[in-house]
Formats: sequence, C-alpha cells, structure tokens
Amino acid sequence: MTMKTILAGATLALGLATGAAAQDTTTVGFVYVGPIGDGGWTYEHNKGRLAVEEHFGDAVETVFVESVPEGADAERVMTQMALQGADLIFTTSFGYMDQTIAVAEKFPDVRFEHATGYKRADNVSTYSARFYEGRAVQGHIAGQMTESNIIGYIASFPIPEVIRGINSAYLHAQEVNPDVEFKIIWAYTWFDPAKEAEAANVLIEQGADVILQHTDSTAPQAAAQAAGNVVTFGQASDMSEFAPFPRVSSIIDDWAPYYIARTQAVIDGTWESTDTWDGIGPGMVGIGEITDAVPADIKASAEDLVERLRTGEYHAFTGPINKQDGSAWLADGEIADDGTLAGMDFYVEGLTGDIPQ
Amino acid sequence: MIMLEKRPQPSRGWIFATPVVAVLMTMFFGALLFAALGQDPLVTIRTIFLDPLFSEFAWFYRPQLLIKGAPLVLIAIGLSFGFRAGIWNIGAEGQYIVGAICGAAVGLAFYPMESFIIFPLMIIAGAIGGLMWAMIPGVLRVRFGTNEILVSLMLVYVAEQLLASMALGALRNPDGMGFPGSRNLSQYDSAANLEIIAGSGMHWGVVTAFIAVILAYIALSRHIFGFNVRLSGQSPRAARFAGVNPGKLILICMGISGALAGLAGLFEVAGPAGQISIDFNVGYGFTAIIVAFLGRLHPVGILLAGGLMALTYIGGEIAQSNLGLPIAAIQILQGMLLFFLLAVDVLTNYRIKFGRERTA
Amino acid sequence: MDLSSINPILLLASLMVAATPIMLAAIGELVVERAGVLNLGVEGMTITGAVCGFVVAVATSSPWLGFLGAAIGGAVLSLIFGILTQLFLSNQVATGLALTLFGLGLSALMGQGYIGIKAPEFPDWYIPLLGDIPVIGPIVFQHDPMVYVGLAIVAGVWAFLKYSRAGLILRAVGENHEAAHALGYHVVRVRMLAIMFGGACAGLGGAYLSLVRVPQWTEGMTAGAGWIALAIVVFASWRPGRLLLGAYLFGGVTVLQLNLQAAGAAIGVEYLSMAPYLATIAVLVIMRAGRAPGSLGQSFHASR
Repeated sequence: MTMKTILAGATLALGLATGAAAQDTTTVGFVYVGPIGDGGWTYEHNKGRLAVEEHFGDAVETVFVESVPEGADAERVMTQMALQGADLIFTTSFGYMDQTIAVAEKFPDVRFEHATGYKRADNVSTYSARFYEGRAVQGHIAGQMTESNIIGYIASFPIPEVIRGINSAYLHAQEVNPDVEFKIIWAYTWFDPAKEAEAANVLIEQGADVILQHTDSTAPQAAAQAAGNVVTFGQASDMSEFAPFPRVSSIIDDWAPYYIARTQAVIDGTWESTDTWDGIGPGMVGIGEITDAVPADIKASAEDLVERLRTGEYHAFTGPINKQDGSAWLADGEIADDGTLAGMDFYVEGLTGDIPQ
Repeated sequence: MIMLEKRPQPSRGWIFATPVVAVLMTMFFGALLFAALGQDPLVTIRTIFLDPLFSEFAWFYRPQLLIKGAPLVLIAIGLSFGFRAGIWNIGAEGQYIVGAICGAAVGLAFYPMESFIIFPLMIIAGAIGGLMWAMIPGVLRVRFGTNEILVSLMLVYVAEQLLASMALGALRNPDGMGFPGSRNLSQYDSAANLEIIAGSGMHWGVVTAFIAVILAYIALSRHIFGFNVRLSGQSPRAARFAGVNPGKLILICMGISGALAGLAGLFEVAGPAGQISIDFNVGYGFTAIIVAFLGRLHPVGILLAGGLMALTYIGGEIAQSNLGLPIAAIQILQGMLLFFLLAVDVLTNYRIKFGRERTA
Repeated sequence: MDLSSINPILLLASLMVAATPIMLAAIGELVVERAGVLNLGVEGMTITGAVCGFVVAVATSSPWLGFLGAAIGGAVLSLIFGILTQLFLSNQVATGLALTLFGLGLSALMGQGYIGIKAPEFPDWYIPLLGDIPVIGPIVFQHDPMVYVGLAIVAGVWAFLKYSRAGLILRAVGENHEAAHALGYHVVRVRMLAIMFGGACAGLGGAYLSLVRVPQWTEGMTAGAGWIALAIVVFASWRPGRLLLGAYLFGGVTVLQLNLQAAGAAIGVEYLSMAPYLATIAVLVIMRAGRAPGSLGQSFHASR
C-alpha cells in the first residue's frame, strides 16, 4: 500500500467520523513563513485570517502555524492540517509551491490556495497581488516630490516581483520628471531592520530625498525622519505612525477580501481552481492615505492615477517602453502581457546598473 | 549549606534518570506557562509530547520524527568528535549549506539524463563540499593559529550569501519563470532521495544517520582514534606524549564534522526540501550543537536527543494548529527543556551534600 | 560608477551609529569572557533587551527608563545562564545556545500587542561648539546620547580591567580559576557579576535597535546582531581598544558595501554582502588573534 492510499483511506475514515461536524463548520488553515508579529508580510496575511473569523463567526474555524520553514516542514504542516479536517488551506509563501502541489495530490477533497506561485491543480489555486500598480502611484508622487532628482530604492532580492516594482516606479517617476535618477541597493534580505536603516542612510547621504522600500521594516522610515527632509512610503502595512511625514502614502497588502470570498466559495460549494492576480481594483492592493505633506495638485493627479488603475482604464505597463539596452519591448499603446510581467527579469530604459545574477 | 561533591565515577543510575527528571520538570513548568496563556495545561502537554507518538494520526507523525531528526543526529555525531577533543566547529550550518549546494550542483549538471550513478556522485560531492568548507577554519587554525570558533561562524554567513547567489543565479531553474530556486531534485528520479519504503520516513539520510551512530560508537569505544580524541580533550599534554599530532587531529575532527554536515545538507536538498532556495537552511547546524551536548557527546545519547528535539518540533506544530498556541510558547518550552536537561546533569557527576562549607 | 557621490564625512558619521548596538553587546560579552565564561546566548539577551526596552519606554514615554528596563531585562535573563553554568555546572556552549532559543520565544510573547506602535522620540544631541568643528563635528559630535554612553562603557571597561583591583581579580579568575580560588577570591561570585553585566550590555544593544535605530518592535528584529557581537569579541583578542576597532570595521564594511552599491559599483551584491565576514577572517589571520583567557569555557567547581 502506498503512502497515497494510506492517506486517502485515512481521510475517508476521518470524513466519515467527523462528517456531521464538518457540515456545520468550515475549517480554514493558514501556513505562514514568518512569525505573525513580523509587522509585514505574515502580519498582513494574519490580518486577513482574522477578517475571515470576524466575517463568518462560528460558521468558520481558522487554524494557523507560523514560522514554517520551506521544505519538509511545510509539507508536514499542510498534511497535518488536512488530516485534522481543514477544508481550505492557504499557503502564503512562494517557497511552498512544490509542497502545496504534493500535499494537494494526496488530499483531493481539500482545497489549497498558494500565494505568488504559478503551479496549479484541480484543487490548487494561485493568487497574487499586482503590487506594481501601487509602485506606479509611488513613482508618480516620488518623481514630483524629489528636488535632488535622486530617488533611493531599497530592494530585497532580484526576483521578478521586485524588478517589476522598480520598473513600474521608475516609469511613472520619469513620466513626470525626465531628469529623475534611481539609486538601487539590493539588501539581500527581506527583513533586517539594522541593515535597512543603514541602506536608507547611505541613500540619503548620496543625495536621495525620496526612499522607496521593498523590505518590510520601518527602519527606513525612521532614518528618513531623522534626516528630516526625506519622503518615504509605507510597505506591506500602512506604517501610518510615520504619517503625515516622512510617510506620505503606502502600499498595503490587503488579503481579507480574497480570503473571505474564497472561504465563501468553499461553503457554497462553488470553489474552483483559479489563477487570481488582483490589483487596486478588487482591493487586494491598498493605497494608504496620501497625506497633506504632498502638494494638492500632485495629490489630485496621484488620486486620479489610482482611480484609472482601479477602473482598469489604464495599465501601469503601457507602451511605448524600451528595455534597458534600448531594444523595443512594448509598442505605442501596447499593454504588457501577464506572462512577461510574471517573469520580468530586465530593467526598462533609463535605469542604470545591472540586476545582480 | 548545600554543597556539591564530585563523584569518583559518574553515577550510572543518574545517567539514565536525569533525562526523565528533566522532561518531567519541563512538563510541569510548561503546564504552568500554558495555563498562564489561557490553555488547558494537560491537553497542551499531551498534544506536544504524546500526540506525535500515540494519537489518531501517529502513523503519519512517527515517520516524520525520522525525517526531522535525521539531519540533527547526523550533524551532531560529526560535531561530537571535535567537541570531545576541544575543537569547536560551530559553523556546521555553513557546511550543511555548502554540502547541499555542491551535491545539488552535481545532480543538476546531469539533468535530464537518467543514470544510477548520479545519486552516488551527488553524495560524494555533498560530503566533499561540507568537508572543504570545514577545512577552511581547520587549516587556518593549524597553519596560523586562527580561532576556529570565529572563522567557522563567519563562514556560516558567507555560505548563506552563497546560497542566495546560487538560488538566484547559477542554479536557478531555467523553467522557473524567473523565480528564485533550483529545479526540484525530488522530482528528478536519478537524483531524488526518496523514501526507501513508502510511508516509513526512511530515506537515505536516515539510514546514513543510523550508520553514523554505529560507526561513531565503535570508533569512540573500540578504536585508537576515539582514545586519542578523548585523551586530547582531557589532557592535551598527555595526548602529545602519547604521540597524537594535534594539527592532524584538528583536521580530522573538522573534516568528519564538515563531511557529515555536508551529507545532511545533500540528503535534505535531494529529498525532503527538494530544491536549493534562498531560505533552504533552517538552523539544523545550530540545533545540532545543542543535540550533541544533550546527548552528552555520546552516539546513543545523540540519537535519543535528536529524537526528543524532533518530537518537540512536531508536537509544537500540532499544538499550534490544533490549540492556537503561538510558536513563541513552543520556543520557550524547548528552551526550558534544554535548561532542565543541562541543569540536572550535575547529578551525574556530583553528589549533593548538606553540611558546613569548609574553607580551602 | 560614481564614487564621488560617497561623502566620507557622512559615511564615518553613520558608521558610529551603525556600530553602536553591536559594540554595546560585544563589550558586555568581552567582560564575560575575560572572567572565563563563554556565553553564546548574546542574541537571546539582545532581543530580550530590545523588547523590554520598548515595553518600558512605551509605558513610561521615557527612552531613558526604556534603556534601564532593557539593561535589567538582559541581566535577569543572563541570570538563568549564570545559575545553570556556575551553580549547576552545565556546559556553557549548549546553555548559551539554549538561552538564545529561550530569549527569542520570550521576547515574542512579551512583545505581543506592541507591534505597529512607535517608540517615544530620542533626539540627537547637537553638542555646541564641538559639533561645529568642521569634519570632526558632524562625524563625532552630532549623535544621540546612547552613542556616547556606548563609548563611555567601552572606556570604563578598559580602565576597569587595566587599573582597578576588581579588574585584576576578574582577569585572574578568567586566566586560572583554580589559582584565583586558592588566593581566596570568590570565582563563582565574580563570574555571576560579569555574566549579569554582559546581559545588561546586550540588553542595551537590543534596546538601541528597538528604540533608536528602527525604532519599533517586531519579532526577530535583532536579526543576528548578537552573533556579530560574539565575533567582534574574538576579533578584538579580548581587548576593549581593539573591540572598538572591530565594531567600526564590521559596521564600516557593511556601510561601505551599501555605499558602493548605491554609487553603482559593478561588483556582485552577494560578494559585497559576504565582505564583512571575509574581511574579519582575513584580519584575524593577519593579526593573529590574541590568546584567549586561560579558563574560557571551563566549568569551575571548588573541590576543596
């Protein structure tokens, strides 16, 4: 007897044993890569979980395990949740991709949702957020707020998600300020407050008066505040404690609407495997309040940009856009396809330096 | 006045009794902690310590104990030789990473060719990778007298950067849509370190860990090498008179620990983890140091200590998901378990006496 | 690449700030190791100090009381290590690692409910006259007070070890505890005090991160600062003067690599990120690390 049949038999037995109870409550599991107190990525996913609990009350029970390393541990935690009767499991890190697929194969009756990946199955959906739409808004504000024409960017790792953000921010900064220059530091970490603070200081010392960050701590905000005259944007969470200045706006991960909708779909029996990539429109990407530190005309045009992105009237990657080496990427009016965006591994024209390999 | 008096011989009774006492004390104080956090203490303790072994789903958890414990045991066995001889390799985490990178690189170089020779080659590459990484602090210590604690620790951070660089660069999956991480080795038949018997948890890393325990036991109790190691730890001068070459001993001990850590990394990357990714390492190299000491640097003790650590990890996960306990509470419990195990060890070597303090 | 965009004055100024948390943690550990005790739990004490400092500072709105709370929190945690290693004679390496594990969990539990809150302000001191000196002023005399407290502690430890009788006893205990005991010194008492001093300093280093550098509480926020502090102690050959150098070198290489990146230097980022560690190894080999205290890491039991 193989592992698969043993597991299938066990799930069947469990289903029979707890069938009555399972009809009353739906159990939703969450697997987190960091601690829920990280104030960033996992913190926001957990807020989504709490929103599910609040929305459904007693009809839904949620369970979670935090700080689960990618690899064998993730596979074990997912299996355990499925064995204990979870109906829907959200796996919230790219590194859980292969494990999610493997466990889903053993539990055909349990639905899985994998964040930021690209592998799907009949019972595995993927979901991700179009954070680059928020980056466009940031670039739009940053390009007009900068006086030194130098914008600092604290990047984490050279992966498509981060590169997309840099390109989007740069395109929209350059659109409003052709002289703008980006200085990019690759921190090679998602979370190291001390290093992030140093990176922000270095960028400020080298003339940047706007700091964009793709790392999750507030350290760059504090560094900007200490410097006095530097603009920042919140990342992952609103970071409103640094508003109205230096933090003038933010990109917020808001998973609650999606988590509630998918849980509802399981309850209704309408759940299907899908590939969701939502932006500002459906509310997965939130734009934090633009403060009054931003001049009224810039604020108005930024809010207009948000609105056009929300309605889908405008796409953040609309041609003409050339690649860094000058070769054409998008013709005039052409819109980037999701495939290229998902695997983006090049800078657009005007950015200097190389993407580390 | 309570005093400690050194026993002429370690107490055999206490050697076996101390771990039990420590676990019971942890359960007691853990129960207090969980009660303070608003949990039912008895249910929580049962979930962590017994559910992985005896619950409804124990058939799933028991093999997982092997998977979780094997790298800890394998690395700790390697470290125990050096620790006995007073050679402090605390950079096993780095050697684990480099072993995984080297082994995975060999496997990926052959992709998509299928051959029975690939996996053995990967094993050799993994062992050599870990060994070479451990040789850096070893050689620097022998040649320049550089402190191996510091160098081996520094090399952990270097290895972590190397890992990120490999996951994003040289070993990145060309079909991975630009995402970081290598191809999944566990889906590449010739390179996969799969379970030997499905559902048993026994993969080649587990087998190797058991073999390492047996060989270490023989080496320490029956072989001149084990004697030299113990002698060097107890009295370096005496060891030199006995003809032990200290430089050679350092290199051998560093080499063994590095090679075993590298092997652990290789078996992990080819099986349970499956791929080289930015966050591939999860601290086995550091936890193994604790396991080595909990096991009193004895092969059988290490085997039991590795199993106990694995139990608290897996039981902790169950408690998190079933009872909503934060992982922080599990870490505190693990910390307490270690504290108690270390504290009660004093009873093995010392006798408690009540009386007046005599002046020296 | 445009190296002219790097301003050496600002680079050195930010260096002083970047080095402060690791320097604080390291000077405490230096005293511990000079007393012959190896405490690998610095990371656990640092993060416990970070959360204690944050909680106290938020509750009292006083950063100074926060730092005091951090020092007490770190010292209390180190007491666990002291009791285990000094009274129960447990292995110091394993106990230290267990202390780190325990500290990470404890800090996370204590910090629940403090996420997303801002710490009270802790403004820079602009020292009049001295701060106006060209070049030197901005580098040395325009920082927050804890930078100077850190330097004062290092100077104090240097003077204590070199000139005071108590420092002499501490060194004697670290070099040869049997002999120190025979001379009538209380080995265990001296070591307990040293361990608590180490815990307090590590706590201050952590609070510097949570109250000044970041300033916020998030789980795991020290991100390895305690481990770097351990490295600096060995790098410094257990001497306070060199410890200062080591902290600046470590902070400096990191700041420098970030500067090179921002200036567009075409060097692989991962290799730049490795640079501080490789540089430490290189300097270690070149400088030939000094001799460790004679009794470092050994348990002491007064047999007679």
